[in-house]
Amino acid sequence: MSPAPSKNYTDDVSLLVVTLDTNPFFWSDFPSHFSDFLSQVLAFLNSILLLGQLNQVVVIATGCNSCSYVYDSSSNKNHASTNGTMPALYSNLLHNLDEFIAKDKQLTTAHEPGNVPSSLLSGSLSKALCYIQRAFRSGPMHPQPRILCLQGSPDGPEQYVAIMNAIFSAQRSSVPVDSCYIASSNSSNSAFLQQASYITGGIYYKPPQLDGLFQYLSAVFATDLHSRAFLRLPKSLGVDFRASCFCHKKTIDTGYVCSVCLSIFCEHHDKCSTCSSVFGQAQSVAASTDNRKRKAE
Amino acid sequence: MNNSIAGRPLNEDDEEDEVNEDGLEAWERAYTEDRSWESLQEDESGLLRSIDTSAVQHAQYRRRLRALAANAATARIQKGLIRYLYIVVDLSKAASERDFRPSRMAVIAKQVETFIREFFDQNPLSHVGLVTTKDGVASCLTDLGGSPESHIKALMGKLECSGDASLQNALDLVHSNLNQIPSYGHREVLILYSALSTCDPSDIMETIQKCKKGKMRCSVIGLAAEMFICKHLCQETGGTYSIALDESHFKELILEHCPPPPAIAEYATANLIKMGFPQRAAEGSVAICTCHEEAKTEGGYTCPRCKVRVCELPTECRICGLTLISSPHLARSYHHLFPIVPFVEISASFQNDPSHRFPNTCFGCEESLLSQGNKPELSVYCPKCKQQFCFDCDIYIHESLHNCPGCESFRHSKSITTAQ
Repeated sequence: MSPAPSKNYTDDVSLLVVTLDTNPFFWSDFPSHFSDFLSQVLAFLNSILLLGQLNQVVVIATGCNSCSYVYDSSSNKNHASTNGTMPALYSNLLHNLDEFIAKDKQLTTAHEPGNVPSSLLSGSLSKALCYIQRAFRSGPMHPQPRILCLQGSPDGPEQYVAIMNAIFSAQRSSVPVDSCYIASSNSSNSAFLQQASYITGGIYYKPPQLDGLFQYLSAVFATDLHSRAFLRLPKSLGVDFRASCFCHKKTIDTGYVCSVCLSIFCEHHDKCSTCSSVFGQAQSVAASTDNRKRKAE
Repeated sequence: MNNSIAGRPLNEDDEEDEVNEDGLEAWERAYTEDRSWESLQEDESGLLRSIDTSAVQHAQYRRRLRALAANAATARIQKGLIRYLYIVVDLSKAASERDFRPSRMAVIAKQVETFIREFFDQNPLSHVGLVTTKDGVASCLTDLGGSPESHIKALMGKLECSGDASLQNALDLVHSNLNQIPSYGHREVLILYSALSTCDPSDIMETIQKCKKGKMRCSVIGLAAEMFICKHLCQETGGTYSIALDESHFKELILEHCPPPPAIAEYATANLIKMGFPQRAAEGSVAICTCHEEAKTEGGYTCPRCKVRVCELPTECRICGLTLISSPHLARSYHHLFPIVPFVEISASFQNDPSHRFPNTCFGCEESLLSQGNKPELSVYCPKCKQQFCFDCDIYIHESLHNCPGCESFRHSKSITTAQ
């Protein structure tokens, strides 16, 4: 067995940024109650803080119309307001969460019934990454950051570009995005979160039953980045990277891509419906590349 | 100035070299160049600290951002996302000059490596080729290709300089290679020129006109001094010409070529490109990949047209020539098409105005915007969502994230109805 690399401050100290899905439309349709879910998550967050004195937890609430920071374990305010009956984490977080949900409710506009709107994952991911950049700036002795998305609402297609931008930025600063997808039906998966975890090297896991959520959270997502190398964590079951065309929303194997705006089509068009550029003579790419000299290595 | 050292083989007495250069002792030279004491200042408690240069850096960065935004507004907003770029590296005798440390050539090699990685990160659909020029001739180091590693390896293996550089030969070679690329591609040349002369077989003006006709955008980064012929070339072909002052400036200049330039509509015809979106093969299935010609067990990708296995995306299928790509690669380019607007600076007087009450923390990172003594630090706000950000977040958001956290955090009433 090869010896473990020498441990220093940054090895197993974690900065965990949690994005918490508070979408009221999702939770009202969901079989189990939001408070059950929250109590298991709070126990998990507490256990992270107990694992190491230097560990840091930040919670961002992802609502349906807004998102906001609800808890930061490093901020001074949290230690002052312990009232003796409840630990600081609970009282602060719950207080802020109440405020946030009330505010989020005010912003809610009418939506069609029977159709759960998505929550603003792109916003909370962007905020989480900004926060992590601040940790990077704080000096060479910063904790190892990671993001955990506790998400239940379906993906919002209109957020696709923004979420992909956030994923690539996380990948570039090597911040893993773990995702725990909570959904009642067994078949559904979040394609956004699967891609996020796959691209950034995080873990995607969908707990089979929510009663034991704390067990799943503490067994899978509590491990710091240093210890992950020694554990057998859930492997990704293959992510579908095939694109879907803009014209029929079909998933395709081969298709045509507009050279100007990179829109994807499943059949040949004369004009791009996105950027309205007119395409020249259709030419097969194969013919033009064959002209090129290619060195066989 | 220090020509005498340039051509000397390395195995000669190093110590003598060091004394000779600029007529200074080694210990003197280190100080005159670094001037490390100038970037120090004393803080309240009497400790020496380096000067906080972040405000200056931020001002420079904002100037660049504004210039880019102004450019985009005047030109037709279209970007050449599918780029075919040749990097011409001057390996003439002038490249061994030591005004850059340890030599111009080493600095170029190091920065080209950074550039190539960054380039493919930002332009996953593009291709790069390397051309070197020395001894009065130009030679092709690597063909156009999409793998950063092979280019970097080839360049690192060929770092020897001799003779004169030839601008014309290099342009001719690149022109003949770029002539064969598909019409939707954007032809670009980036010349890293160390020499102050060019050794050409015939009239270079004709070559420049040929490049112009061939719709090649030629840009030059000089390491010595400005030359008329380079400037003329860049002006004629629509490229940019710049001179590097030192290594960090050179890095800045070369990295400016990473984001796709605004495209001129006539330069490349719009076209539909046939592409394949291969699926990842199951883990553990054995197949022979075409890129390494080895049997591999870990998952690769299967070309949807000819069912051959490749290891990495994006690439071109070696058998049928189909461009193979995955949807995240396309998504990686989208931010060039939907850039976020530059943020507006909040002046001190504006901040004190009670009618605009801004919170005291940055919307992105929650960092307090109050510096010592409760005097608010300079900050910026997004003109769309009116949220306030600190300078560091401003840079991060525009350079890497490409999302405004404020705009993303509030749903616009319209988007609910479109979400299905």
